Amino acid sequence: METTSGPPGAARDGTADRRTLAGDPLRFLASPLPWRALGFLLTGWLVALMWTVATLALLLVPALGLVLLLGGVPLAAVERRRLRWVDPAPAPSPHAPPVRPGPWGWAGTRFRERATWRELGYALCFALALAWADALVGLLVPCVLYLLGFPLLTVALPEFQPDRLFGLIPAAHPEAFLATALGLALLPFALYLVTAYALWRVRLTRFVLLGGEAGADRRVRELSLSRERIMDAMDAQRLRIERDLHDGAQQRLTGLILSLGVARLELAEAPEPARIAVDEAYRQARTALSELRELVHGIHPQVLTNRGLAPAVAELADRCPVPVDVAIHLPDRPPEPVEAAAWFITAEALTNAAKHSGATRAWIRCHRQGPSLLLEIGDDGTGGADPARGTGLLGLADRVSVLHGRIEFDSPAGGPTLLRAELPCDW
Amino acid sequence: MRLVIAEDAALLREGLSLILTNAGHRVRAVADADGLLAAVAAEAPDAVITDIRMPPDFRDEGLHAALRLRRDLPGLPILVLSQYVEHTYAAELVSLGGGVGYLLKDKVGDIPEFLAALDRVAAGGTVVDPDVVRRFLEFRRMRAPLERLTPRERDVLALIAEGRSNSTIARGLRVTDAAIAKHVNNILSKLDLPPDTDGHRRVLAVLAYLQHDHDGF
Repeated sequence: METTSGPPGAARDGTADRRTLAGDPLRFLASPLPWRALGFLLTGWLVALMWTVATLALLLVPALGLVLLLGGVPLAAVERRRLRWVDPAPAPSPHAPPVRPGPWGWAGTRFRERATWRELGYALCFALALAWADALVGLLVPCVLYLLGFPLLTVALPEFQPDRLFGLIPAAHPEAFLATALGLALLPFALYLVTAYALWRVRLTRFVLLGGEAGADRRVRELSLSRERIMDAMDAQRLRIERDLHDGAQQRLTGLILSLGVARLELAEAPEPARIAVDEAYRQARTALSELRELVHGIHPQVLTNRGLAPAVAELADRCPVPVDVAIHLPDRPPEPVEAAAWFITAEALTNAAKHSGATRAWIRCHRQGPSLLLEIGDDGTGGADPARGTGLLGLADRVSVLHGRIEFDSPAGGPTLLRAELPCDW
Repeated sequence: MRLVIAEDAALLREGLSLILTNAGHRVRAVADADGLLAAVAAEAPDAVITDIRMPPDFRDEGLHAALRLRRDLPGLPILVLSQYVEHTYAAELVSLGGGVGYLLKDKVGDIPEFLAALDRVAAGGTVVDPDVVRRFLEFRRMRAPLERLTPRERDVLALIAEGRSNSTIARGLRVTDAAIAKHVNNILSKLDLPPDTDGHRRVLAVLAYLQHDHDGF
């Protein structure tokens, strides 16, 4: 079984914006996103320049005038590639494969497509205005960097001797370090601004170059957003149920056990039937509480919330009848939905290993790989587990897919079984 | 004894206070972790009983408060009452050394046993709820019976369970540190706690020992 995220086109960018710009500011500034955005903005004018030069060169050959109308197509291909620096969601070409082979067939198909004309329009806007506006906004960051390095510049380049920076900050040391302080203060704002602008620009590009959103695409986007909402709501509900049970039923049952305990002491001298009855009530209350406790743990393990993935998974491994080697190396705690998914995957995989596989040894490896959390669980059992038969693994695939991750499950008859999940998280 | 109890559920707080007062203790009851820290500073109690999950965030404030109290007042006996069977919390407590206890809340119903457990903790002993240990060892026990340990290794494990360090044990048994280190390694491997097992191997070994030692409640 292999499930990939596959959100078409713009289905992801709404969440990408929300996660990165509205999240923890330190995490945002340490992430590569602002610098990717900067790269996107500062390279656009080069593309525009090359496209303009190539177009003008083609104009010199009269017979190629018609070809010029297709000029938007290669530029759009470059732009679809470039925009993924900022938003890595896939940006597939909206063009259909040519009906007939050969260059004429290709041109014929392209001329009949609406996407071709949208691309030409975009190419003109881009080459004449957008690319240059991008560069202007992008230059904000180099300006701030110039401020930062101003004192260094005055030392390194003796011939470069402006009297004062903006007429405000003298070039002489140590006053020149005022510029560094100013630069440091402005840098986060510049990065935020540049990133926000780049995200907006990428959305514009997606809108034009991915054929807007055709009806089916829009439906898929809505569906995938609503699926995210449902999963969020489900997790919130789980947490609420767990809290309600803990604060309500569990406390009351404990109170009842306490009262029955007192009653048992008071009845120590009472006739035997009375003592037996109270003992029985006490025993049943304790059984009820311990069943409730197990139920609550399965709904949402507290150790996961309070201590993170490593101890929670170790707890799962410790309770597994098959010996499990655990190796978890995470520099930081991943976002909560990722932790929860990893925990549920591990729980399901270990249950399978213990129940069906006849394994004598299992192992769990979990570490960070690039921007993703990589989780691998394997056992030396007989394999042959079929994800289509149980709902457990399918449910996991849904959960992983909502997080735009992927899960691979390989369990040939005879074994071994290997489950591999990749969960992207904005670290 | 002078006791401080921290428990946010009023019903349980009152019930516990009543039971402990009737047993002849002087009790000060509070409802959250900050209250616990303040009450301990004010009362200098002989032991502390605390819930794990308390206001304001209802996560593990009680446990954090307990760890902090032990740092500020080493040796202060602390009995944690919990609704969680996870052994992670119990292991964190046991790793503090002697004078700690981790009981599931329903154990307060067996009042004589509960009072005895409190006394054991107050006297510097270690108490871990048998249900927590049993749940943890349910499967492990078949793989790694404590019976496989030699008598000497069992003596060493008993001393580890009292919270002693390798060198203290070595002095007590009049052998070298290296000999004790070898015993400890043998114990851990016989209990199927290889070096790559996550977390506190020593504590897990102690849990295994406690399970064997006081089975039943």
